[in-house]
Amino acid sequence: MEEAHLVAALRARDEAAFRELIRMYGAGMLRVAQMYVSSRAVAEEVVQEAWLGVLKGIDRFEGRSSLKTWLFRIVANTAKTRGVREARSVPFSAFASDEDEATVSPDRFLGSGTGFPGHWAAPPSRLPEGSLLAAETMNVVQRAIDRLPPAQRAVLTMRDVEGFEADEVCNALDVTETNQRVLLHRARAKVRAALEEYLG
Amino acid sequence: MRLERELTCKQIVELVTAYLEDALDSTDRERFEEHLVFCDGCGNYLEQMRQTVLVAGQVDEQLPAELEERLLAAFRGWRA
Repeated sequence: MEEAHLVAALRARDEAAFRELIRMYGAGMLRVAQMYVSSRAVAEEVVQEAWLGVLKGIDRFEGRSSLKTWLFRIVANTAKTRGVREARSVPFSAFASDEDEATVSPDRFLGSGTGFPGHWAAPPSRLPEGSLLAAETMNVVQRAIDRLPPAQRAVLTMRDVEGFEADEVCNALDVTETNQRVLLHRARAKVRAALEEYLG
Repeated sequence: MRLERELTCKQIVELVTAYLEDALDSTDRERFEEHLVFCDGCGNYLEQMRQTVLVAGQVDEQLPAELEERLLAAFRGWRA
């Protein structure tokens, strides 16, 4: 169903439309909620509260942003409010752009005693294209995403799984452009490593 | 030539996301691309990061069944 139809159906209190929407976006919204609250159980409550907010607000939704953008903003805001009530602010380290943290093991590079310090000792090779989208590869990637720290997982989910633009992620999650990029970089590097380990 | 300013592979891997996001200034972008011309390892690394983005885009995250039930119950409560 197209977005305009989904909005109209939701306004008409159509359960099938609601089910379709929660199946499309519910899992991603749970990822975003987990960035701000301490437990999976509280994150699920946040997602439920956010959807109730969506239902209450759907008649006033004007479509100035896409429905998807609106949904993710609502869940992020609900989670932030809940995180404050829980007296849990996201630790600064989750956002800090600690540029020194290497995303590729130092063992992969030549050391200072060599002719080419900082160059590959164990260079990456090409991955087999044909296996990239196989079901088992997807499981490997899914598990790698599951293991990411919450802020990295929220950013990667919004950018790469849900396909949001960088500025939409910065707005929804209240992170700077630089922090968004650092979180995305670390997240992608970890998922890449899992992919390389599995397929390489 | 600015040989002394040549980037190492170890530096390149930390710039890959900024490169893909078009967030490097023009000098750094040129240095990055010059490095790729002669370094297959970094070319493969960049390609692996692109493939990672591609595969992540195909991930179909499932809403946990018990959360789906709970949301549907909340929906029915709202509709009633």
